[in-house]
Amino acid sequence: MAHRSSPLSAFMAKELRHILRDRQTLTILLLLPLAMVVLFGFALRTDVNHIRTVFVDPSPDHATVALRARFLGNGRFDLVDISATTAEVEPIFRRGLADVAVVFEPGFADHLARGTPARVLVITDASDPNTGSRMQAYARAVIASYQAERGPGREGVRIVTQTRMRFNPSLESANLFVPGLIALVLTLVTALMTSISLSREKERGTLEILLVSPLRPWQIIVGKVLPYLGLAFANVVTALLAAWLIFAVPFRGSITLLLITSTLYAMVGLALGVFIAARTSSQRAAMLGAMAGTMLPTTLLSGMIFPIASLPGWLQPVTIVIPARWFIVIARGIMLKGVGLHYLWQPIAVLVVMLAVLMLVAIRSFKPRLA
Amino acid sequence: MTLAIDVHELTRRFGSFTAVDAITFHVDEGEVFGFLGANGAGKTTAIKMLIGLLAPTSGRASVAGFDVLTQADQVRRRIGYMSQRFSLYEDLTVRENITLYGGIYGLSDAGIRERGGSLIRELQLENAADERVSALPLGWKQKLAFSVAMLHRPAVVFLDEPTGGVDPITRRQFWEMIYAAASRGTTVFVTTHYLDEAEYCDRVSIMVDGRIAAMGTPDDLKRDNHVATLDELFVRLARPDAGAVAATGAGPAARPAPERR
Amino acid sequence: MRALRFLIRKEFLQIFRDRTIVTMLFVMPLAQMLILANAATFEVKSSRLYVVDRDHTPMSRGVVQRLEASGRFVLAASSQSLSVADEAMLDRDVNAILVIPHGFERDIVRERSAPVQLVLDAEDGAAAAVTQAYASQILAAYSTELGAEVSPAFAVASARLEPPPRRGSGMIEVRQRGWYNAELEYTDFMVPGILVVLVTMVGTLLTAMNIVREKESGTLDQLNVTPVTRSTFIAAKLIPLWSLALLDLAIGLLLAWIVFQVPMRGSLVIVFFAAGVYLVAALGIGLWVSTVAETQQQAMFVNFAIMLIYILMSGIFTPVSGMPRWAQWIADASPITHFVRLMREVLLKGAGLADVAGEIGILAVTGALVLTLAVRQYRKRSA
Repeated sequence: MAHRSSPLSAFMAKELRHILRDRQTLTILLLLPLAMVVLFGFALRTDVNHIRTVFVDPSPDHATVALRARFLGNGRFDLVDISATTAEVEPIFRRGLADVAVVFEPGFADHLARGTPARVLVITDASDPNTGSRMQAYARAVIASYQAERGPGREGVRIVTQTRMRFNPSLESANLFVPGLIALVLTLVTALMTSISLSREKERGTLEILLVSPLRPWQIIVGKVLPYLGLAFANVVTALLAAWLIFAVPFRGSITLLLITSTLYAMVGLALGVFIAARTSSQRAAMLGAMAGTMLPTTLLSGMIFPIASLPGWLQPVTIVIPARWFIVIARGIMLKGVGLHYLWQPIAVLVVMLAVLMLVAIRSFKPRLA
Repeated sequence: MTLAIDVHELTRRFGSFTAVDAITFHVDEGEVFGFLGANGAGKTTAIKMLIGLLAPTSGRASVAGFDVLTQADQVRRRIGYMSQRFSLYEDLTVRENITLYGGIYGLSDAGIRERGGSLIRELQLENAADERVSALPLGWKQKLAFSVAMLHRPAVVFLDEPTGGVDPITRRQFWEMIYAAASRGTTVFVTTHYLDEAEYCDRVSIMVDGRIAAMGTPDDLKRDNHVATLDELFVRLARPDAGAVAATGAGPAARPAPERR
Repeated sequence: MRALRFLIRKEFLQIFRDRTIVTMLFVMPLAQMLILANAATFEVKSSRLYVVDRDHTPMSRGVVQRLEASGRFVLAASSQSLSVADEAMLDRDVNAILVIPHGFERDIVRERSAPVQLVLDAEDGAAAAVTQAYASQILAAYSTELGAEVSPAFAVASARLEPPPRRGSGMIEVRQRGWYNAELEYTDFMVPGILVVLVTMVGTLLTAMNIVREKESGTLDQLNVTPVTRSTFIAAKLIPLWSLALLDLAIGLLLAWIVFQVPMRGSLVIVFFAAGVYLVAALGIGLWVSTVAETQQQAMFVNFAIMLIYILMSGIFTPVSGMPRWAQWIADASPITHFVRLMREVLLKGAGLADVAGEIGILAVTGALVLTLAVRQYRKRSA
């Protein structure tokens, strides 16, 4: 059958047919990322709630009762037990049944009235320092607000703090994570899949067959990789729909810009995948490279879950080379802050540069074969 | 006398595509049976059903007297297999491959040593015995793979396109090994698309589009169809509209395109 | 059974001849310990603060000074313009803005109450909540101080040349203690979880790589034709990978001890025993996916996705207690969650066998289930 179309479009048509024919893989590549976005969007919460609290109150009086009510009224603390002695605290903690113990000293209200210090001890299960320090902060805030309101009698002074939570008034964890999750699934579908598929072809030798065909190296790469771009775009759209419909993540900025930058990021991911395939000698090495070079950095060092500002000083510069880090800034900026090119030109430029560099290196790596 | 291979209306469908269409044949003990056909005619599918890698859609088959579907374990103990891709571990040495397969098939340590040793001697691989298989030239790999398949003295050995991409001298040596095995009583079932190799077989069958279009001894087939070579017969069967035009350049077809898994 | 011996030998030969795998076995623990241990923290170090002080009084300056002195806020810039401050926040230069309105000091003295406005970048809602808690605590303490300063009692006391009734007069004194991790060392907490991530990753990667190689080279077909039984086959795959993952655990533990001085309060025997049971489940799932998947791509994708799900849902980085109920079930259903809990309890709290018996039991049941599934589902013959 003679084709009138160019070799490139014929090649691309064949690649597309391959992918579409493999229904099962296609389904997995479309649905699994979506499932992950939904799952993690709900499950990943850095906020500390349902703090299981034990009160040790040897001599309950109006002050301790009021303070206890304060804690429980705060919404973050769940009552586990009220006991009279500290004896049960240790076993409860060791078995992981409570997170915080608030221990009042005997005669609490008396001390307050007499003007001597009334002591309270806040014990937190600090084995998780992340939540440990937060629980402490919350506990102290409760006590401090009680103190400030009571004050030293009628002469109490109050500084009323009106707090405005910008960009995320509801403090939804999802708003923080979902943009990062989009980056993660994009990385999974692009970098991971292309690096493995290309390295497989390389190992089998079928890539060489293509290289001696009339197709130029860049055409081969584009042809192989374009279907994944389409897939990635489909993933972005479904993920954004999920973000909007399921998580009610705001979309304050331009959706067009978001789609364009997502495509840009997907392309960087694809280039990265090609790069890994080009530089590794076996499929197994490509797998390892993809894992170490794409998935891990994206999950850990991109700011997706752990704030970059929390990273130790020496590690922070390393994050500059991670594409996901920049895309997350863009995605959060557009979705939560509603900003546009004026503020985002820098991260966008970085992504463009990464794309150019990776593509150059990848195509170069395939050329020598023809020499 | 039990038939080495007995196949009755064996069929395999993939969706709406019928790869193997109700084939029926038998192979006697000690025969060298050539299972011929073009690429895509259904040979590999058929052989996979016989060795238990693929379940038939319908029909039945028995190998070495045991049903391939219900008595698969019994079949496996009595057969050897060598595939298109040689299936030795490239990163293991010659000796290590021999030891592995010997052990898997239940040979004792002494038996492995003894048979492995004679295998290495026969193939003249003494110098290469501790080299990795990947270092061997293609022809040696194939001969080694065949020998390893024979290590446990199977009743039937299945060879799937064993001589692909190899020079004529090595092919000849290979076929000498096949004859040697057959003379010891092993039934050899070999698929190939090299029609000239077909002449070496006791009987052949030619598959076209999933069906057996012709079967018999090479001489009988040539006589009954008034052709000088089996290749002519094959072309006629494969392209009924091509008429009796003699085929030119009856060389082996290009290496089959790799299947996408 | 003899076949098993030969197959295991073959696996080990192949593994140790594979550069990629050997590199991975030694580099992974190092990389994980160095990078992961340092990266995985949510600690809100300090917030960059923009101050819009419209009062310019000692008290308003006192507010800023108290915030700074706490170490939780760093004064980044100040001006009179809220819009400039906002720009700074949009530009990610600051993440907190404090606005002190004109008349702050006057209101404190006369009305005993004055407002300030705090705008926080709440992209990270949880961090913002913590920052808010710190701020309110600091401001509450300051307001108590101010209360003492401007109270008549204070004036009386200073007239009598008595020491002013400052701290201790009807004040609540809060002491705090963190158990099991007195200095709140992040590494102590994270490292057990990281070790779990390490062995899980190594195990999954090893499994995927292994099966891929067999399938692609055709040797899998060759094995399927032999009389080797399904359980022998699965066992032959599992045992070498299992021992290697445990080896990596040992390397990881050694690194943890040397580099981070992570406490090892409990018995290491329990750790390795539990790890052994856990790995059967974790590897079993990887094996099952790899053999059941139709294409390598599917296998890889699903395996990596499962690994991600394990790791992110396991409570290593974000607490399971923070998840919605249904997500907690999923987390509880995965063996990694239990293993992490166990590791932490043994290493950090010194839990004994009795304390973690439940977790081990769950791991064992999961492992048995998965193995049965893998063996059952492994088809030598395609349908």
